[in-house]
Amino acid sequence: MRNILVASVLLIASATSVFAASSEADFKAAYAAAEAANREAGSLRNQWTVTAAALNAAKKAAETGDFDKAVAASNEAEALAKASIFQVKSEKTLWKDLEIR
Amino acid sequence: MKLRSAIYPLASAALTAALLVFGTVPPTVAADTVDPVADAKAFKKFFTDKFPKLKLEDFVNGPYSMNEDLYRQWEEKEQFPPYEFSLEMGKEMFAKPFQNGKSYADCFPNKGIGIRQNYPYFDEKEGKVVTLELALNRCREANGEPPFSYVKDEMAALTAYMAFTSRGKPFDIKIPNDPRALEAYQSGKEYFYTRRGQLNFSCATCHVQSPGERIRAEVLAPALGILNAMPIYRSEWSGMGTTSRRFTTCNSQIRGVPLSPQDDEYRNVEYYLSYVSNGLPISGPGARP
Repeated sequence: MRNILVASVLLIASATSVFAASSEADFKAAYAAAEAANREAGSLRNQWTVTAAALNAAKKAAETGDFDKAVAASNEAEALAKASIFQVKSEKTLWKDLEIR
Repeated sequence: MKLRSAIYPLASAALTAALLVFGTVPPTVAADTVDPVADAKAFKKFFTDKFPKLKLEDFVNGPYSMNEDLYRQWEEKEQFPPYEFSLEMGKEMFAKPFQNGKSYADCFPNKGIGIRQNYPYFDEKEGKVVTLELALNRCREANGEPPFSYVKDEMAALTAYMAFTSRGKPFDIKIPNDPRALEAYQSGKEYFYTRRGQLNFSCATCHVQSPGERIRAEVLAPALGILNAMPIYRSEWSGMGTTSRRFTTCNSQIRGVPLSPQDDEYRNVEYYLSYVSNGLPISGPGARP
């Protein structure tokens, strides 16, 4: 019985840590990472409009205090920015596949 | 055995069909030398092979050359062209002197008349491509006037008038014997074929791989001769748009953040696209759905 109680407490503790609300600090870290990736895409002349939209959504959510949403939007923006960086790097050679010759 | 004998003809038919379909896609062998003359020849061959019934000079009519119904609509539209207001405005603006008494005619060869087919050109002093839009704003600034927006209204009107005075004259873009000019040309070519934006489209995705096909309600124009009709009145825009407008909106339509009009990339891609359309007549200003 005691073991079951200990296990339940541990389970609840781990579950709540997974679903714990994001803090402002979490948002700031996620947003900074997304912004940095988007800046890099900008320096490569290949930003995507959807990245900017996700960054805006993150900022707006943070302004209303919804840090879960703000972190999720920041993570999405970072993933999009990284995809745009991957695209520009891979196209350095792939563009030739489309060339008329 | 029966099954195997049935599979072979099917597989062979599928392979033949695949070859027929993919045979129209440019081969993927990479070339490392820059050869604009060979590029232009291959470019024209690709499109004339793809549309064997079309006369070379008709490619400048964009989607109207690809679709019979659209062509008939265009013929009717040309009787009262939607760009006429802009043409009139451009003519007046072009003739009106600046505050210092000079005019656009003082900035261009042949007083700016019948010269559209020579733009863009490579300026060896600057080491960069100069487009007609850029030259017009430089002319204004050199004469103490503020520059116009590159995308529509006044700039579209001025370029419409200048294009009109060149109608029928073949594009005559030169690449001088200067490695920087060749580099600009090559950069423009690379930009044209490079996929960008979240939709992962290049200019070539629509205008090389799919001309004549529909993208939503629109019929895609072939890349050959695509700039000969600029600037254009687009029903979609409810107004006129310049080459700059066309490039920037193409970028945003594929969910890419557009660069600033007249950034090097756009100047270079205009240089490339105009060069490979050398010999095709200027038809601007144009109208598009």
